[in-house]
Amino acid sequence: MTNQPAKTETPAGQRVLSDAIVAEIKAYFPRYPTLQAVTLPALHVVNAHLRHVPLQAVVEIAELLELAPAQIQDTLSFYGFFKQDAPHGETRAWVCRSVSCALRGGEEIFAYMCQKAGIEPGQTTDDGKLTLEFGECLGACEFAPCMLAGDTLHKNLTEESAGKFLQSPTG
Amino acid sequence: MRWNLLSEFEPILLANIHREHSHTLRVYEEQGGYRSLKRVLADQPREAFRDLIKGSALRGRGGAGFPCGLKWTFLPENHPGPVYFCLNADESEPGTFNNRILMEEDPHQVLEGLILSCYATKAATAYIYLRYEYPLAYKHLQSAIDELYAAGYLGDGVCGSEFSLNIYLHRGAAAYICGEETGLIESLEGRRAWPRIKPPFPAVEGAFRKPTVVNNVETAACVKQIADRGVDWFRSLGTPPDPNNPRDPGSFGPKLYCLSGHVEKPGCYEAPLGITVSELINDFGGGVWKGRKAKAAVPGGISMGLLTADELDCKLDFSGPGKYGCLGLGTAAVVVLDETVSIVDFLHNTCRFFAHESCGQCTPCREGTSWSLKMLDRIRAGQGRLLDLDLLLEIGDFIGIMPGTTICGLADGAAWPIKNAIRKFRDEFEEYIKRTNPTGYMETSPPLALELHSIH
Repeated sequence: MTNQPAKTETPAGQRVLSDAIVAEIKAYFPRYPTLQAVTLPALHVVNAHLRHVPLQAVVEIAELLELAPAQIQDTLSFYGFFKQDAPHGETRAWVCRSVSCALRGGEEIFAYMCQKAGIEPGQTTDDGKLTLEFGECLGACEFAPCMLAGDTLHKNLTEESAGKFLQSPTG
Repeated sequence: MRWNLLSEFEPILLANIHREHSHTLRVYEEQGGYRSLKRVLADQPREAFRDLIKGSALRGRGGAGFPCGLKWTFLPENHPGPVYFCLNADESEPGTFNNRILMEEDPHQVLEGLILSCYATKAATAYIYLRYEYPLAYKHLQSAIDELYAAGYLGDGVCGSEFSLNIYLHRGAAAYICGEETGLIESLEGRRAWPRIKPPFPAVEGAFRKPTVVNNVETAACVKQIADRGVDWFRSLGTPPDPNNPRDPGSFGPKLYCLSGHVEKPGCYEAPLGITVSELINDFGGGVWKGRKAKAAVPGGISMGLLTADELDCKLDFSGPGKYGCLGLGTAAVVVLDETVSIVDFLHNTCRFFAHESCGQCTPCREGTSWSLKMLDRIRAGQGRLLDLDLLLEIGDFIGIMPGTTICGLADGAAWPIKNAIRKFRDEFEEYIKRTNPTGYMETSPPLALELHSIH
């Protein structure tokens, strides 16, 4: 057995970063005095396109930034943000569990949503439409309890509004 | 009298946020925006502007309250450069959202302050480190920056002057520690956001090993307002230095207070530094919700600790909360807990936050935060012992830069709610443990673990 990573999305050698993704990453190069500083922007670009950052993408980002793949993986794994083994749902939603939201029922809403969607926190629905995660303070405490779904902030969540969101999750 | 003063206070930092299209260059310029920038670039040498801000005694709004102008003077003179400027927009302290409102509703106020700050510090490149969770702020800041390039306010020769500046947005990836200034720099450089040992401070060796200034978003907005209105106006607001404390530079200027939790009208309110917690709750927030009484309040983001209901006359200036055993003013984000809240649940929530957000670099913080969470989990599962309270206090007293065991202040922020909650509400913790674990609360033998706790 060769010493291969446990779970790669693609057969070895098949590239996952399209020319368009590579061009998008390279557009960040002039902004920084080092290539390594493009790590986080590159991870965001890949994640926005692929909804995860598979190991093959890490290898390709490393080539672009003239780094060892381990350096990219080291940074990536520090942030809990980038999934690696499978894409997150079409919509990724964070329900806040920090203090201001918790005081106004955030944790109960999150439990209700997971139960309604039939998934555990962090999981994706079977139809691949929604990933539900807890978030730490979303910085929208005046609208507690709140949820960030994609780019949309859902304010003052109730079981009713959360249920409505679950019927057609978009963000 | 204070009631009158407060209700008559005209918002300055928030003056424009309710206008239609307040985030656009057109509306900002209609309100006199960028006039100060043009005047300063034309008439005022960098050093004069830097000294103006120093003379205002503006203190950083990000949490530590370090004098902004003084920080700027730590940059080495005659350095060949480049100098980098990082605008800290990683606002993640639970309860805090003032920077979000500024960036979403009035990004040009922030950008004018940022350009002025870069001029004063000779920075030719500025990065705005923006937390990922603020997509609308990202959109509005990016379009504002694009407008500025198109209008000649950024790029080569800002407004026809000799001064050139590029501003780039850099998005974080949902990690609280990136708000610590050297963690921010590490993250910007593409590495894990592990705070650096200081010295060297960023002013000497920061981003890309060059002199670097890291300032908060609201601090930049204050810089713009001082350029507009002058030092005398700024120093007419707030609390003067304590004559009995020669090291107190005072708490001057307007402040954005975030109010959330159990109040009738949560929101971001502007008032001079030094209003009291109860004034904020009652005069601005419409009082505690549902006609209930307050049981406690967080004075400035959860890392600052906890005030009891009897301590709500605490002044919200840089030296106020410290007088009540809290860590400090922090971000001036007040979270109100009504009389129905269990302090055990509150402390569990804060311990869970810090266990999740500890970067893992320093052992006392990594282990202390996660063990405090495990103990709180066990207490809430009905297996608490009175001894746990002393163990929690031991963690609270021994992690952080104040006892000298960690590199950055995250651990102090984790320790303060533990210390305050248990010392100020010990009776409630003891009653809870005795009630939920009537046969085992006096146990001292090693407890069995609950199931393994995953923090991710």
